[in-house]
Amino acid sequence: MKRFFPILAILTAGLLSFGLYEALVVAPTDQMQGEVYRIIYYHVPSAWTAFLLFLINFVASIVYLIWRDMRADAVAVVTAEVGVVYCTIVLVTGPLWARPVWGIWWTWDIRLTSTLVLWLIYVSYLFLRRFSNSGQTPVLAAALAIFGALDVPLVYFSIWFFRTQHPQPVVGGGGSIDPRMWHVWLLNWAAFLCFAGLVCWSRYRLEILQREVEETQALEALLERSPR
Amino acid sequence: MITLSTITRATLAKDLRLEWRSKDAINSMLFFSLLVVVIFSFVFNPTAEESRHIAGGLVWVAFLFAAVVALNQTWARELRNQVLDAYRISPAPANALFLAKALGNFIFVGVLEGLMTPLFIVFYSLRAVGPAYQLPIVAALGTWALVVNGTFFAAMSVRTRAREIMLPLLLFPISIPALTGMVEATSAILTGDYSAKFWIALLVAYDVVFTIACLFLFETVLHAE
Repeated sequence: MKRFFPILAILTAGLLSFGLYEALVVAPTDQMQGEVYRIIYYHVPSAWTAFLLFLINFVASIVYLIWRDMRADAVAVVTAEVGVVYCTIVLVTGPLWARPVWGIWWTWDIRLTSTLVLWLIYVSYLFLRRFSNSGQTPVLAAALAIFGALDVPLVYFSIWFFRTQHPQPVVGGGGSIDPRMWHVWLLNWAAFLCFAGLVCWSRYRLEILQREVEETQALEALLERSPR
Repeated sequence: MITLSTITRATLAKDLRLEWRSKDAINSMLFFSLLVVVIFSFVFNPTAEESRHIAGGLVWVAFLFAAVVALNQTWARELRNQVLDAYRISPAPANALFLAKALGNFIFVGVLEGLMTPLFIVFYSLRAVGPAYQLPIVAALGTWALVVNGTFFAAMSVRTRAREIMLPLLLFPISIPALTGMVEATSAILTGDYSAKFWIALLVAYDVVFTIACLFLFETVLHAE
């Protein structure tokens, strides 16, 4: 497996640079928005990647609770951390685009608000992992991940109703999407997924190593204390 | 044969008796929400008409913050003398303990709401324009939504290093849909502008989903080692 790591790294670097070139140079300029729209090639793929990572986190949490496999817990930590980073990118690039196009940085629209709430839930997940004692962390975190996943549809419905009841402040420009734009979108998504996979992989190895070190240290401490 | 209900009843009776004799939780909650009411009145300086629109949010934010005070004490009390550990090694079903704690908190927060609501009405000169009979329903559903998850997360946060601060960090993000439901339903009833039915349905859905999730996962969390 380890041999594939450099291959994935090279592939990611290639895809990211090709995606950057396609997004900034090749993709046609938007009729209504001009050049500023190009940020969606980073915004939307980041959002898809973040949601996918949170989904993996949810599945890994259930797998951990059923089989108590430490590897599933390591996957859960890794995907939550990288997912929060991607979700942060979404929340930062969104306002950067909205300001010139909508005229406002932020609107409490359904997608923006539910993404923000999702981000809040996963940040609280990371807080819980950080503050709990290492032995109990996996179980507590897995339970919280399940609660978070149950919460997402309720959040969505509540905001959907909340926002349809109140007037919508702004609506993004409609119109169909050029097929070349789709192509660049998917290319960038592939690049972002590879990058996420790469980061998750190295973070996963680090996590496993850290746990091995902790176990060894605990064992050594036990052996030193026990009478000869 | 010891059944679920006998253990629940015994634990609940013990908690209520403890609270009746000490009145720690209820006193601190009452004073805390009183402070919130007074501070908000300085922040907004509302007229009666304006206050009707913001009162729904204000009432529930006050109750949410006050409930955290009671929820934090739920399990902290059981840590002394290793009561919680004793419970974990006993054959009693974990869900009986959870139900007792959640019902206890429901009663505490319910009493708080009963005592604080007249004060809100007086201070903000409130009057329901919409159907007032829905208010107790919203209050009961909303309170259960807060305490069922709150009791569960308190059992989690009591194991962490930063106990007191951890509970709101876990509880608030998950409670956002419930809080939206409570606030919107209350505002709908107070202003009479729109129907509260959807929000009540949302609260019912929230209560059902998370009560099941809590009962399903509580034993796992209690025995986490």
